Amino acid sequence: MAQAAIELIGINKSFGAVRANRDINLEIVRGTIHGIVGENGAGKSTLMSILYGFYQADSGEIRVGGQPASIKTPNDAIALGIGMVHQHFMLVDNFTVLENVILGAESDALLKKSIAKARSELERLEREYGLEVDPDAIIEELPVGLQQRVEILKALYRGAEILILDEPTGVLTPAEADHLFRILKQLKEQGKTVVLITHKLREIMAITDTVSVMRQGTMVATRETRKTTVEELAELMVGRRVLLRVEKGEAEAGGVKLAVKNLTVKDSRGVTMVDDISFDVRAGEIVGIAGVAGNGQSEMLEAISGIRRAVSGSVMLDGKPIDLTGAADPGELRDRGLAHVPEDRHHVGLVLAFEENENSILGYHDDPRYLRGPFLNIDAIRDDARDKITKYDIRPADCRLKTANFSGGNQQKIVLAREMEQDPGVLIVGQPTRGVDVGAIEFIHKRLIAMRDQGKAVLVVSVELDEIRSLSDRILVMFAGRIVGERGPEATEGELGLLMAGVEHQEAAQ
Amino acid sequence: MSTPYAKLPAWADYGLIPVINLFVAFVVAGFVVLLVGENPFRAAAVLVEGAFGRGQGIAFTLFYATTFIFTGLSVAVAAHCSLFNIGAEGQAYVAGLGVAIVCLAFDSVLPWWLLFPLAIIGAAAVGALWALIPAYLQAKRGSHIVITTMMFNFIAFSVVVYLLVGVLKPANSMAPQTRTFLDGAQLPKLNWIIELFGAKIRSAPFNITFLLALAMAFLVWVLIWRTRLGYEMRTYGHSPKAARYAGISETRIIIVAMMISGALAGMMALNPTMGDQHNVALDFVSGAGFVGIAVALMGRLHPIGIVLAAILFGMLYQGGAELAFEMPAISRDMIVIIQGLVILFAGALEHMFRPYIQAMFASISPRTVGMEAVKGKGA
Amino acid sequence: MDVFIAIVQVLDSTIRLSVPLLLACLAGLYSERAGVFDIGLEGKMLVGAFAGAAAASVFHSAYLGLGMAILISVAFALIHGFASITHRGNQIVSGVAINFIAAGSTIMLGQAWFQQGGRTPALASGERFGAIIWRGADAVRGVPILGPIYSELISGHSVLVYVAFLAVPFTWWVLFRTRFGLRLRAVGENPAAVDTAGISVAWLRYRALICTGVLTGIAGAYLSMVQNGGFVKDMTAGKGYIALAALIFAKWKPVNAMFACLLFGFLDALSIRLQGTPLPLIGKVPVQFMQALPYVLTVILLAGFIGKAIPPRAGGVPYVKER
Repeated sequence: MAQAAIELIGINKSFGAVRANRDINLEIVRGTIHGIVGENGAGKSTLMSILYGFYQADSGEIRVGGQPASIKTPNDAIALGIGMVHQHFMLVDNFTVLENVILGAESDALLKKSIAKARSELERLEREYGLEVDPDAIIEELPVGLQQRVEILKALYRGAEILILDEPTGVLTPAEADHLFRILKQLKEQGKTVVLITHKLREIMAITDTVSVMRQGTMVATRETRKTTVEELAELMVGRRVLLRVEKGEAEAGGVKLAVKNLTVKDSRGVTMVDDISFDVRAGEIVGIAGVAGNGQSEMLEAISGIRRAVSGSVMLDGKPIDLTGAADPGELRDRGLAHVPEDRHHVGLVLAFEENENSILGYHDDPRYLRGPFLNIDAIRDDARDKITKYDIRPADCRLKTANFSGGNQQKIVLAREMEQDPGVLIVGQPTRGVDVGAIEFIHKRLIAMRDQGKAVLVVSVELDEIRSLSDRILVMFAGRIVGERGPEATEGELGLLMAGVEHQEAAQ
Repeated sequence: MSTPYAKLPAWADYGLIPVINLFVAFVVAGFVVLLVGENPFRAAAVLVEGAFGRGQGIAFTLFYATTFIFTGLSVAVAAHCSLFNIGAEGQAYVAGLGVAIVCLAFDSVLPWWLLFPLAIIGAAAVGALWALIPAYLQAKRGSHIVITTMMFNFIAFSVVVYLLVGVLKPANSMAPQTRTFLDGAQLPKLNWIIELFGAKIRSAPFNITFLLALAMAFLVWVLIWRTRLGYEMRTYGHSPKAARYAGISETRIIIVAMMISGALAGMMALNPTMGDQHNVALDFVSGAGFVGIAVALMGRLHPIGIVLAAILFGMLYQGGAELAFEMPAISRDMIVIIQGLVILFAGALEHMFRPYIQAMFASISPRTVGMEAVKGKGA
Repeated sequence: MDVFIAIVQVLDSTIRLSVPLLLACLAGLYSERAGVFDIGLEGKMLVGAFAGAAAASVFHSAYLGLGMAILISVAFALIHGFASITHRGNQIVSGVAINFIAAGSTIMLGQAWFQQGGRTPALASGERFGAIIWRGADAVRGVPILGPIYSELISGHSVLVYVAFLAVPFTWWVLFRTRFGLRLRAVGENPAAVDTAGISVAWLRYRALICTGVLTGIAGAYLSMVQNGGFVKDMTAGKGYIALAALIFAKWKPVNAMFACLLFGFLDALSIRLQGTPLPLIGKVPVQFMQALPYVLTVILLAGFIGKAIPPRAGGVPYVKER
């Protein structure tokens, strides 16, 4: 009989009134790849953090290799042979690979021996698993895929027999993801146990032996991967049939509303993030920008909306050019009818410490509607906020409530309501449904399509390929700061995937 | 300064927690009193008696409070814009020069009610200008405002001393101070208000600047919560990225906020000079700028809280003077210790007791502690 | 030759004046490298100075004084840790509080215990750290150039001066060659990485603050037991802030810190030397100008006209586990 590497029995965990995990039971068989799927906020990461000793369960039991285990700190987990690769890498950016690998696992008080030991150990791991990386490279100079490899090396160096990976492919190109999967399979062959947390069903089907589904803090099912289907898993995840496609009619594209010309953007380190790109968005269409996170989409959005200064380039809004290299400021672009729903609503799109009504004027606070001379017109602002709350079904319906107390989906609705209700000619949206619950996703998608049908030009940037494919009338693919291809909404996932990976687009077209 | 915490009823958040923090600060101060061999309860009684026991004491308490309202507001305005203005001390000190120039020039020709507005402008303008340089350096060169304003305090001392022992000193005098102001630069006292309640006051420096301070507290409230500029300052204070997104100029908002802060600190100079000493002398600020930090934190950056906290500190200063007189083992430096303890418990440790209080409220009535969807889950 | 002697004298007082700065600067380096801003160096030095002089005069022992200086200074560092690490309070606010508590309590306790207007009793020779005369210092004094350099600059300082300068390579070694140093640097850059590696962020930062306390304690002891024969109120006189500025100037590196402190010490020595002395061409420099000069220079340096100083990335931010 297959032996359990890990058993979780009756795990409960609450944060305040939020029950992140309820009565979770889970068995992970040694030497397998076990997937855990669920939506954002389903409790996957919390569960794994409990297993890794980052949090303490309120109740329940953990058994490792059949023995009851008390895991109070990551140290306990490491001692039991559990290693974790976090979604946000836990690396010290200005340290070398070696320094990161030995951090916390130094053999004695002086570094000399530890470093020598780690160097030879890394060579061995490189031979055994094909985990190549220059031990003396500085982390921040490595590409993301290699940084992730360092995380895996860290775990293996500590003697991990059980490796937990939390959303490992979010930042990887499809090619890098494939490479990662090969490594994981190799680890499995060597007898290691791998736990893969993801919300991407494709990955589950491609690599796992067993899959467990979580929904709203509970474990709803465990299946053998080869005996289940994507449809079944999707239904289990969401709890009802999902509309994978939003209902929408044909686009009736009009004249060009937004034209981006020769845009080049560098980041603070001087690295070119957006490399001379140009494209148009016409009235009455949704243009989707697909791409793996970190290929310049964020910088492009920031430049177009005036938040980040561009090295070169301009936007034409309704036929009038605005230079993006000089003193373009978000206020001016907003006045010209460009509304922007930023990717990061927690720090950019909203001030979480503000009351809801205060956020409903952010960026439009100099609009005479909300002012009486230099003073805020509090009554007008609150009335306006109440209107939007009703119209966008924002809950709880309290415009005096602190924004931090709204859920992710409702926060996103606050931003959308603010931007859409200004009746802009052009709407640009970054990650429209990141961290948003399913109900709100549908609502947001419908709203975006309604904007399109009103004849607005809509630009959507998302790392969720499904979202791009279901919303867009035209899809532009971004890779390494350039637009490497344009496709219609009928393009297949495989075709787009190749483009996103930077494979020559002629090649991909064949 | 914006750690999200589960909600408490407003009265607990703005009333109960500060009171508990203050109480703990005083308990610790009591131990210091024990350490020097005095009875803390008697010390407290002497202190309160000294501050409020007689009309004289009340007048002095309010005189000190006037000073602290200005510096407290100064620190608070900057803090709403997430700027830690540790330089109110220097700004007030240099602003004394503004007062001196206006008073020395016009005190023989203008009546006080014409000179006072001019002096307000002079003090505010010089204070604002002294804050402008650190603000500019923060906005344009990224030098940390805490360090630069601190350095500017030291520079301010040197500048003022240089001028007081030089050009501002009357030729026939040895003391490093200006000549005594004439009647035109001497502000009317408000002691009669206290005397209305039947108290007797021999002489106390409680003067009309107190009303200016209250007016400024009101204006600061309007500024922060009711104007577009205040909205922009708060936006920047909570999230510079959101401010950038909203089209708010970082340079402009830092400079404007710091200049307002400097102007408020500067107005403090009016109180001890025109209101009391009738000259500008060495050390007339004597730490009031730093007291402003404690006052602002204690008052939770809200003008009403600041006025109350300023009165509390006025009481400590006045009562502390009596205390030093009554109990030789306790010097006025006791106040500095209390000040530090208040900053520690009301500022750095402001959330120490919060979890317990929250648990207490939750156990009494769970619904008052709005726990729904605390902190955007998962996102 | 007079000029040469004058230069040696200025350099000698440069060394003496930069020692407290250097100790405080290295103290700040430990805490800021670990991600805890410490504006309370001033206060910790002050309590160190007071505790040192008080204990030395009561127990008639310089070393007991030094021990007490370190003990009390560490205690204050732990208060800072309690507020800013355990309770995640604002680190600057906490530092300011410590400075006030230090300023008030040293005077008040001093007055209550010794009744000398906030001073501690003047220390006798056994209660202070005396100068260590190196072998042959007197013999070579007459030798031109090298003689005065050896006998004035190198020899003839108290043990704490040598401690301060030895602390520089020692700190470098700790930071870059030991496990503790690796972890300390890591926690100042990315505490989450340290936490997930199974190391306690809080305990690590507390240890860094203890190092800070030890060094500020020594700095304080130097002020009251070497530079001065007893404690005088407010005797730190802003040195903690200058040390902080030097730390930024040094970009949080130990060897740079030494040069920055020597520079500020030199400015101080020069201003004392030039007081009241008319300079050629310029004439008499007002004493206030010389006093303000280090602060003005610091502002100019901070304004980034000497390249950008990038602080430890996690500095000033309390560590909260992410969900």
